[in-house]
Amino acid sequence: MTTPAPILAIDGLTMRFGGILAINELSFTAQRRQITALIGPNGAGKTTVFNCITGFYRPSGGTMTLVHDDGATFRLDRLHDFRICKYAKVARTFQNIRLFPGMTALENLMVAQHNTLMRASGFSLLGLFGAPSFRAAERQAIDLAREWLQRIGLLDRADDAAGNLPYGDQRRLEIARAMCAQPALLCLDEPAAGLNANESAALSDLLLSIRDDIGTSILLIEHDMSVVMEISDHIVVLDHGVKIADGAPRAVRDNPKVVAAYLGADEEDAAAVMEGGA
Amino acid sequence: MAAPASYPASAEPTAGFAFILKKAVISALVALVLFFLMIGIRTEAGSSGQLIYWTRFGELASIVGAVFVGSIVIELLRRWIGPVGGVELPASVRGGFAVLGRLLAPALLIFALLVPVIFYNQRYLLDLAILVMTYVMLGWGLNIVVGLAGLLDLGYVAFYAVGAYSYALLAQSGLPFPHFIDTYPYVALDFLQLGQWAFWVLLPVSGLLAALWGVILGFPVLRLRGDYLAIVTLAFGEIIRLVILNWQDLTGGPNGISGIPRPTVFGIPLTPGENGFAAMIGVPFSPTHRLVFLFYLILALALITNWVTIRLRRLPIGRAWEAMREDEVACRALGINITTTKLSAFAIGAMFGGFAGAFFATRQGFISPESFSFQESALVLAIVVLGGMGSQLGVALAAIAMIGGFELFRGLDQFRMLVFGGVMVLLMIWRPRGLIGHRAPTVFLQKRTEISASLVKEGHG
Repeated sequence: MTTPAPILAIDGLTMRFGGILAINELSFTAQRRQITALIGPNGAGKTTVFNCITGFYRPSGGTMTLVHDDGATFRLDRLHDFRICKYAKVARTFQNIRLFPGMTALENLMVAQHNTLMRASGFSLLGLFGAPSFRAAERQAIDLAREWLQRIGLLDRADDAAGNLPYGDQRRLEIARAMCAQPALLCLDEPAAGLNANESAALSDLLLSIRDDIGTSILLIEHDMSVVMEISDHIVVLDHGVKIADGAPRAVRDNPKVVAAYLGADEEDAAAVMEGGA
Repeated sequence: MAAPASYPASAEPTAGFAFILKKAVISALVALVLFFLMIGIRTEAGSSGQLIYWTRFGELASIVGAVFVGSIVIELLRRWIGPVGGVELPASVRGGFAVLGRLLAPALLIFALLVPVIFYNQRYLLDLAILVMTYVMLGWGLNIVVGLAGLLDLGYVAFYAVGAYSYALLAQSGLPFPHFIDTYPYVALDFLQLGQWAFWVLLPVSGLLAALWGVILGFPVLRLRGDYLAIVTLAFGEIIRLVILNWQDLTGGPNGISGIPRPTVFGIPLTPGENGFAAMIGVPFSPTHRLVFLFYLILALALITNWVTIRLRRLPIGRAWEAMREDEVACRALGINITTTKLSAFAIGAMFGGFAGAFFATRQGFISPESFSFQESALVLAIVVLGGMGSQLGVALAAIAMIGGFELFRGLDQFRMLVFGGVMVLLMIWRPRGLIGHRAPTVFLQKRTEISASLVKEGHG
């Protein structure tokens, strides 16, 4: 097998809000079937990078190229909005959980399969009259949802409103929902935020299983250094919209520029970096 | 859930009689300020235009006194009943309510089917039943836009008007506007010899035209949310009404359109003649036949609306509507096209409004812009909100209560609106999310558990 192209190659990405330069000429690659972590002090521009990749912002400059397993290539900087998830198959979660609180856990996972089901329902016409082909597609969708509920340990709460679930369960449900969109690249914005040590460990296992069992590439923003150091294959460090380090976890941890950036920004974060490495 | 059950009446030890008194005094003071000019002083223009005024401090005092006493009574009642929603009924009673709730919809349906049989000789009640069903249908149609998709639409009556005028203009065979003769579309339709089939051919046409206007409204408001969306839809409703009012050549302006063809029983007219429906089935002619037919017609149209809505809710499109109401950003991140999702909600909601409009035109035989004022939009929206956004049964109950209630209180004359407003305020205190506020999931693995109204979002545009 030839060496596969990186799933995501970002080259010279620049994002300007009026006079503010949020991201300046950022270039990095995320390898296929690997977990790439994007870290940096608060306000470094991590979430802005995510919003550019997932189509919420249109970048001011630079290219973002996504290559599927079958070789299909997408220029994310030219796609926009929902098309990034629909065609390029990039799914994401949010820093502040954005589930559909008034819908059940199962319904949340069904909404994620909207485009598949929409085609199967003949854009609602076949579905309206209960065509057998649509029913089969719906059963499949429910099976996929059931599989994910099982995986995140929420099968017995499938019919409970998402807004009623405990915080940690909501975090995992949001990841499961993104996975139900069957993405090639999964972007997670601080999935461990607000989780306790046990929940963080379970999250690490879940992400590793997504990488190893399903083979989805993951791009991760995270402040919890124990999670980042444990599961990342590759780390990119941002500060003030500029990349300051890029490499394997061990190399990044010992990089003096990284330590300085964290020290300069916030002593606690710097301590976390050092601790994560210890 | 168990905590509020044992909520003691004296939960606030500090809030004794002094607190109640203080609250009552404040309410009375507010009432005094409010009513001082409204009731305390009466002004009128004299014979030569000079200002005449006199004071009515007696009435003012009685109003302020009533507010004072009322405040005390309400506060005491609140202590006695306990906090709103805090009353936990015993399991057996709740079980009984649940059974009643499940039986309510089928019971209503059977009752609706029997209405013309029960009230055959009461023309007034039949007319009222037709009116109520029209509003049930309008409520169900608007429920798609407001209840499911969470898009606040204050101009729904526009689609009702488009449906009514589409039918009226296309179906007219009388050609009241001679200068249009060469170009006018109904010349062509007359050529098609629609004859007695006019209603059945033009009903879907009216619905489609209304849906088209739904899309036309939808495009400019795609990016608007909340108040802004409400204002633009309100304006849209007014634009349609004003165009109808002022385009005299086409619509007859304020004079409206009369002589709109009556519906036929699939081609058989409901007339006393030889080939009328009565003669066909061999019974003596009665004008009530038409009323009965109209009732079943609107019932069928409403039930189709209901069926389609229930089906759509369980399809991906319906789930996308509800998801969009819950969180639009998350929808975009999951690859849902917000543009088409919003437009489809507007179009389908508008289509049912159009059907109802065509029915309205054929029932009345005469339409004018007066029937399509903002009040109608507000009334239909009130039905949806009162019923509980997204709840089909709730909307039907609200339509019955609102339209039926209007008629019930007809004897109260100008105080009708006062009673109506009071009832609305009370309902919104006790059931802020409408009669049926909870949401039923569209799909389940083990058990369909209802979702409490507090979790369900109302949408923000």
